[in-house]
This record gives sequence, C-alpha cells and structure tokens, in this order.
Amino acid sequence: MRHLLKLLFISGLAISIVACSTMGNKDDGTEAEGGAMSETGMLSDDFQVMLEKRVIYFEFNSSVVKSEYQDILTAHAENIAGHPDVTVVLEGHADERGSREYNIALGERRAKAVQQLLTLQGVSQKQLQEISFGEERPVALGHDESAWSLNRRVELLYSGE
Amino acid sequence: MLLTKKITTAILLCVLATKAYATLTIDITQGVEGALPIAIVPFVWESEEALPEDISAVIRADLQRSGRFAPVADEDLIERPTVGSQINFQTWRTLNVDNLVVGKISPLKDGNYQVKFQLFDVYKATQLAGYSIKSSKKGLRRTAHRISDIIYKNLMGVRGAFDTHIAYVTVIEKGEAKTKLYKLAVADSDGYNERIVYSSIQPVLSPSWSPDGRHIAYVAYARGRPELYIQNVSTRRTKRIASYQGLNNAPAWSPNGEKLALTLSKDGNPEIYIMDVKSHKLSRVTRNYAIDTEPAWMPNGRGLVFTSDRGGGPQLYQVVLGLRGVKGKIKRLTYEGSYNARASVSPDGKKVAMVHRVEDAFHIGVLDLETEHMTVLTDSSLDESPSFAPNGSMIIYATEHENKGILSAVSVDGRAKQRLIFQEGDVREPAWSPFKAR
Repeated sequence: MRHLLKLLFISGLAISIVACSTMGNKDDGTEAEGGAMSETGMLSDDFQVMLEKRVIYFEFNSSVVKSEYQDILTAHAENIAGHPDVTVVLEGHADERGSREYNIALGERRAKAVQQLLTLQGVSQKQLQEISFGEERPVALGHDESAWSLNRRVELLYSGE
Repeated sequence: MLLTKKITTAILLCVLATKAYATLTIDITQGVEGALPIAIVPFVWESEEALPEDISAVIRADLQRSGRFAPVADEDLIERPTVGSQINFQTWRTLNVDNLVVGKISPLKDGNYQVKFQLFDVYKATQLAGYSIKSSKKGLRRTAHRISDIIYKNLMGVRGAFDTHIAYVTVIEKGEAKTKLYKLAVADSDGYNERIVYSSIQPVLSPSWSPDGRHIAYVAYARGRPELYIQNVSTRRTKRIASYQGLNNAPAWSPNGEKLALTLSKDGNPEIYIMDVKSHKLSRVTRNYAIDTEPAWMPNGRGLVFTSDRGGGPQLYQVVLGLRGVKGKIKRLTYEGSYNARASVSPDGKKVAMVHRVEDAFHIGVLDLETEHMTVLTDSSLDESPSFAPNGSMIIYATEHENKGILSAVSVDGRAKQRLIFQEGDVREPAWSPFKAR
C-alpha cells in the first residue's frame, strides 16, 4: 500500500496544491505564521501527512464527524477523486457498550457520515463501500474510555491494502 | 433490596464439545430466600457397572439453578428411601422439607435404561407425580431435565424450561497471530452437550430460533459483510436468505414460523422489514431516517418491539401489525434512562427485557408493559443480549466477568442469579430455545 500511496501522491501533486486552498490549518497555525501556499513542498508534506491518517474517531453513540477530521477527509477526497481506479472501503466500528446490533447500525451510520463528506467533495460513490462491524472488531481490548475511544471509529481502507 | 442470600456453590461440569473437552462452571451467585426445600434422594442404580449418568445430581442442579428450590445437600439426607413405601414422612417433616423425590435407574437388555421416579408432598404424605421413562444412554441427561420439568410443573404450576437449549456465540483467539475463531454453538439449557453449529474466522452474531426449534437464523460475515443465513440445527444445511446492499441483520423468527423480522439498510439507513420465509418476499415496516433495528415479536405475532434512535438516543418502540401491514401509530415504550435497546418479549407478552443504561453501566432491565414499571435486574456492567426462557421464568444474557465474555441468567424477579463460565473463549449472544415439541 505504501507504494501505491506514493505513486498516487506523486501523480496527485497538482491536485494537492489545489486541495490546500480549501484546507483549513486550524491546528498548527501555519497559515497565520508563514502565509498560505508559499512553498509547494511544505504543502505536499502536509498533504501526505493527512493521507496517512486513515482513522476517524467518534464520540459515544455519535456519528458526527468532528471538525478536527475535516482536513484529513479533504485530503482523502482529493486523492480518491483524482484516482478513479481506486476504491476505498469505509469500515465503521463501535465500542463494546450497549447492544451489538444497534452498534452495527451505528457503525454503518458513521461510515455513511464519512462517505457523505467524501462524496460532497467530489468522490464518486462507486469508489466507496461502507461495511460496519459494530463492536465485533475492537482495536483496543480494555473496558474503559481509553479503549472505547479508540474503538469508535471509521477506517479508510484503500483497495489493495 | 434485591440481594438476599448468597450461595456460592461452584459445580464443575465437563461439557462435551466437538473434538475437545471444554470445562464449564456454573456459579450460583445469588440464591433466593424462601426457596422451596426439596430432598432429592440419589436414585438407586441397579447394576454393578458404573452409573452412566448421575440423574439425581442433574435434577438437583436444575432445581437449584431455577432459584425456586433449595435442594437438601446429599450429606444431610438422613434417610435414603428408594420407593414411596419406604418413606418415613415424619423424619422429613422435622427437617422442614416440603417435598421429596425418590427414584431408580435400571439397565435394560436392549442397552437402554428405565428411569422411575416419584415426587411426594411430605406434609400431606401423598404422591404428586410418578413416572417411568425409558431412555437411551445418550438420552439420560435429557430424561433428567424432563423429570426436573415435571417436578417444576407440579410444584410451581408452570411448565419448567430445563429440557430446552441455548444457542450462543463463542469467540476463541488462536495462535500467535491471535486469529479469532467464531463459533455458533447449541447446548442444553444447563450448558452441557455443546455442539458447534457453524464456525468461521469472520464475525457471527444474533442467533434466533425458529419456533419449532429446528432452525436458527443468524448474521454471518462469511463474505466480508453482514448477511443473513438460516441453518438446520441437526443437518447443518445452510441457506443464505438476505444479502442486500448494506445491513442484513437482526433476524427474529415470527411465533408461527412463517416470517422473519429483520433489519435492512438497502434504502439508505437501517429499516425493519418482514420477510416471508418461503418466498423471501419483503414487506417494509419502518420508514424513518433514524436507526431502526433489533425487532422482537409480540407472542401473538401481531406486533414488534424494536430499537430506534428516532428520539435521539436508542429507545424501544412498539408497532402493531395488521393484515395489511402497520396498524396505527408507532408507540414509544421506554422513557426511563438514555439507552434502552435489544428487546426480548416475555412469552406471555406482558414484559420486555432490554439492555438498560443506568449512569455509565449497561444492565438488563425489564419493563412491565401494563404498569410501565422498569426493574433493573442485574448489577454488573456491559450486560447485553437478554433472552427469555420459554416459560418466562428466567432471562439469559451476556456479560463480562474477569475480562471474559460469559453468560449469566437471572430470574425475572431478579432474585436468583447464576453465571455460566466456559473455560475457553468469550461467550456471548445467548438465545434460549423454544420448548421442544412433545
């Protein structure tokens, strides 16, 4: 997958520059400091960093994508839309609390929330597939908030991964 | 005050699993004060050979688990009559024992066994029941459960649910890679005689019994996403019945066996549908942008209780079904607490068990539909998947104990509790079978 991403990245440089114009920089404040879009290289690095983030985390019983993930999803949207041959599975998950079937429905709604944000930014629905595992596939095994917060997630899985 | 008396008897039982022997422990974590004292005298075994199955021990464990009975310990049985004519009722009265069971097991020439037993009322000095049951060697445990059912029915006035099954999912991690193996299993109601019905490295969940107990519907990710299957429990023949885009989940067999309620998200979000089991024809029940899932049938087949978050958080709702589909308005059933889900309706249709959140803990709660009173039955956290016994006396559910997924059972009044701990794997998603056809 690393190779594929690099390829995508190189061929997607032009797109990434465009992408940055729509990306906010609320976390690191680079926009305020150095001025926007002065260095293509720096922006590309940002883009790659964003693309390497593949997991979106949620609050309990919520499918609202928090604003801190907007930049990441914008980067992915540009990347996926720029490569029509790529497909991405959006895997929705929930923490272990509550009932299993409700959690599967919740995982699906989380995956759909991410799907919507991606399609709004130009990704074709045909490139995306949502699958919910509910609470069946936790990444953290504890029974406390530190584990639960890692399990309430949507993973973006690029084809070939 | 739910907690009354703590009996901690751990009975170590060996369960026959496919290929391997797994060990099952049943901990009676909470007994009932005022349970009926009963003496079960060890049955006479009329042979030199080893006793193939300790029937009286099985009966004693059954009655104890129900929380309704307080069987006298073996060492306290001061007399050991084998037939009614030997009983000295005065002795048992002084021990404050209300009822007495005696019996014997005789090997037959054809390799089968004859099991005779009698149940007595100690104070009236009368026989309440007496049966002679022919049994195969393999069927001896079932015979014991049938005797428990007869005793229960005679003394409690309602049918016992000992001669029934439970279906559940076990998850075992294998090897260094910790590959998960999911197994759908069926066992006797006491956890014995485990048989694996289906296994997969992909998730399996939501088993639902057909009302004749011959089939189980369940969700399996065998092809990477949730799809619905029906499987014959004895032949293991499997049929995929729903593989629409999105969710194919939460099957619930209708009381007459002709239909399945299920959740599909092919319309964009999870909606409840009813499928005709023969034709696979669908009719849609809910139309709402929210999550609608986990349908459970009313016992008369004329309605469903389901989980929906149309009001914000997950709550239980009820829909009435007429001949032409949904009748009247969908009614919200639960208002107490921020999270109520996964309904199981009692066989008499008067109570609904559910996952009920109290502060940060998820318990099993039961709602009385008439009085609208909610009772919290459990004090553990992470409780889920409640399922009523077919006689409505107990609810089996999944919970977490010492970092392991286990099954527990609680009486409907919350007074009797027990844990079923399987040595291997995480156990979850219990479904209590219907009564067996007689």
